[in-house]
Amino acid sequence: MTDMSQSPASAPAAKPKGGSLFQQDARTKRRNAAESRFKIYGIAAISVGLLMLIVLVTNIVTAGTGAFQQTYVELDVDLLESKLDKKGNRNIDEIKKVSTFGYAPLISAALESEVEKLGIQTDLKPKEMGKILSKAAQAELRNYVIANPNKIGETVSFRFLTNSRVDGYLKGRVSRESIVNDKSISAEQLDLVDQLRDAGVLYKAFNPDFIFGADASDQRPEAAGIGVSMLGSLFMMFVVLALALPIGVAASIYLEEFAPQNRLTDIIEVNISNLAAVPSIVFGILGLAVFINYMHLPTSAPLVGGLVLTLMTLPTIIISTRASLKAVPPSIRDAALGVGASKMQAVFHHVLPLAAPGILTGTIIGLAQALGETAPLLLIGMVGFIASNPPDGIVAGFLSPNSAMPAQIYEWSKRADPAFYERAWGGIIILLIFLVTMNTIAVILRRRFERRW
Amino acid sequence: MALSWLLLILLALAVIGFFAGRSRALASAAGEARDLHSLPSYYGYNVALTALVPALGVLIIWLLVQPMIVNSTVSGLIPDQAIPEGSDRGLVMSEVRRVAYGLDGAVASGAMAEAQARDGNADIETLTKTLKESGQVLTQDITQPILVAAQKYRSMTSTGKVAMQVVVLAIALFGAAFAYGRTHMDFRARNVVEQGVLALLLLAASIAILTTVGIVLSMLFETMNFFQLHSWKDFFLGTTWAPNFRGGSELSILPLLWGTLYISLIALLVAVPIGLFAAIYLSEYASGAARSIAKPLLEILAGIPTIVYGLFALLTVGPALVSLFGDGGALGVGWMASSNAVLTAGLVMGIMLIPFVSSLSDDIINAVPQSMRDGSLGLGATHSETVRNVILPAALPGIVGAILLAASRAIGETMIVVMAAGAIAKFSGNPFEAMTTITTRIVSQLTGDTDFASPETLVAFALGLTLFVITLGLNILALYIVRKYREQYE
Repeated sequence: MTDMSQSPASAPAAKPKGGSLFQQDARTKRRNAAESRFKIYGIAAISVGLLMLIVLVTNIVTAGTGAFQQTYVELDVDLLESKLDKKGNRNIDEIKKVSTFGYAPLISAALESEVEKLGIQTDLKPKEMGKILSKAAQAELRNYVIANPNKIGETVSFRFLTNSRVDGYLKGRVSRESIVNDKSISAEQLDLVDQLRDAGVLYKAFNPDFIFGADASDQRPEAAGIGVSMLGSLFMMFVVLALALPIGVAASIYLEEFAPQNRLTDIIEVNISNLAAVPSIVFGILGLAVFINYMHLPTSAPLVGGLVLTLMTLPTIIISTRASLKAVPPSIRDAALGVGASKMQAVFHHVLPLAAPGILTGTIIGLAQALGETAPLLLIGMVGFIASNPPDGIVAGFLSPNSAMPAQIYEWSKRADPAFYERAWGGIIILLIFLVTMNTIAVILRRRFERRW
Repeated sequence: MALSWLLLILLALAVIGFFAGRSRALASAAGEARDLHSLPSYYGYNVALTALVPALGVLIIWLLVQPMIVNSTVSGLIPDQAIPEGSDRGLVMSEVRRVAYGLDGAVASGAMAEAQARDGNADIETLTKTLKESGQVLTQDITQPILVAAQKYRSMTSTGKVAMQVVVLAIALFGAAFAYGRTHMDFRARNVVEQGVLALLLLAASIAILTTVGIVLSMLFETMNFFQLHSWKDFFLGTTWAPNFRGGSELSILPLLWGTLYISLIALLVAVPIGLFAAIYLSEYASGAARSIAKPLLEILAGIPTIVYGLFALLTVGPALVSLFGDGGALGVGWMASSNAVLTAGLVMGIMLIPFVSSLSDDIINAVPQSMRDGSLGLGATHSETVRNVILPAALPGIVGAILLAASRAIGETMIVVMAAGAIAKFSGNPFEAMTTITTRIVSQLTGDTDFASPETLVAFALGLTLFVITLGLNILALYIVRKYREQYE
């Protein structure tokens, strides 16, 4: 009652606040400003994230595309019989005795005659001129001669790689200022390069050897390729696929369809979710201690790498397989059981085929993750190793030392010559092409075959 | 006989067993499949599985156990005097193995007769010469005890191999015969096969446990070896990290832990605000179209391999930071000497973690019931007030869980810090200096020539175990918090 009598008394003091709804008061303005500020923070955060992505991708593309092009010089080389086969009997063993150094004068001479033919003026001696070419040129010539001894005495046209500095000069990485203290190239040699380029003898072209070739030593960045380590990665992925898919699917079927509610099941489940979060380097330590130190499996072998990556990918595959098994409606199981199938038959004949697209998607994503993983491979010795020869045969592919794509990229990033950095970025482009392809396949599979019940 | 042949024989046996069992079952029912207890193929599977599975199991166990027995027997043969000063039994054993492999290789290439390789009184000099000529790798001079041990190693290994083949084949044949004998129209083949398959499924699921046990045991043993060589007090409580391969190293985890935590902190300072605001905007403000574009694009950042981030830090972000903060840089402050720095690694790791924070927070914010939003908006709160005062407090435990998961990821991250953080272990608060982390040291102590008897190598296992425990602890804590939160609304 008192409330009622008092309310009129207090009412006159309260002036109607703000007045019109169409006119914002200070507080509302402040609140609306806070609202739009908040929204801007959100947009800013997303923009920063996307900007980082764009910076990263443009950086990879701009820094890496150079690796797919290489500078070449076209030369006609006289394969002088007097140098390569003094006795003239084409005995292959005697031809092999001429070392790569023996081929250097031939190349220098070819370059000199080319320079003369084009009428280029230079003070360089032939030997100095020859230094604009890669050290790999001699080996290339020698391999050619050993493969075709009947060509000795003829003049054969070759396309040789140039030195990495010359290559860098054409790509803008090396400039006349930056080579002042550089012993491997001089300004006169660059003058020669300029003239050869104007004459069209020296040019940049697509370099398939980067994609399919083998790694090269520290001295010859221009000859290094990622092909052999790509094979190493391929063999590792075979191991991962052959082990992780069956084991992962079997484990998921057990956990999702058969596991009783007991202590053991709990322990398995906790273990799987924990393994998914264990740092990858710990798997590397496991591989080193168990596979290499205890079982004496060969160091640096793709088999060991594959085993380690299998253990690492298993939780990913199990988690996604369980999700796709769970997505199959119980009515399918009930119907199968209702017509007399055993539980095992219901799962293997009906649930598993229906879950297959999801399992496949999860497996591809797990493989993509394994393909890009580097840290465990460092510990089992897939780095610090020059993958210079492709494995001979399938067994050797699994057991002989090799590198893997990410390990090869890491290896290049550690080398002193900046020409290797371009290779590392180029390697990343190839790696990312693989990953994007695999993920695209996974997305397409999911779109095409995923059924909504 | 190589292992692959043994496996092929087992496989062939299983295939033969399958058809034999199937036809025997059909024969026992006089060709009338409907009289059988199970479908005919189950009888076949029964024979095949009974032949294959126990034999394969024994094979795997044998392969694991035999090296252990051979090693312990052979290492008992080496007298203490034969172990040189400054070396230990493990090193001598690896030499023994090398000699044994060398002998194997020499015999295989025909450079040496089997009898010569087995001759215990062989002249060591001629033996060494023959081995070297046939291209075998020997690092030390062979001594008499090493030769004896190597010959014992060879003979035990080859006897073991023959015994293994005999035993495995016998088990397979016995299994096949047993199952074949039991095959009869009334035999409950399907039930038996299904029991067997179930056991295999359970085995596959248990590999997760085996892996964890393998991780823990492999690190625990070596860590215990390490603590026998190096005091645990210095490891956990010391303040200097100065490995020295000539001995007398100071190996303490604290400076490494500081570097790890400092870099992770910077990474989280980058990732948490960006990730959280991105998640809030995407789940509360963004239109469906914007969300369906921005969310997958952000998640690409999580799918990029860490080697890419490492290279990005090493070759792009580091030099860019130096050109800003370095000597003669754009800001003219001269704080940063080299591109390897805590800031470089932290920033790049932060970029990598943005999608972790944003996706997890996005899920959690979406799980907050719509009724709470409606209630708050209905009372006149603006959208941002609703987010700050209602949604975030409700989602807080989940967000904390997401941040902890991101932190555990940051602590265990390897490639970025290996490539961009540097190698100097010290306590310093300066983000422009190079520092080192636990993972970096694990990599540097375990790559190259490793000697499993020196504390400088073994310390990597102690570091790995510590890392494992820290990340495991953070994950369990995060899952606990998230689970606790879920209970509130369901």
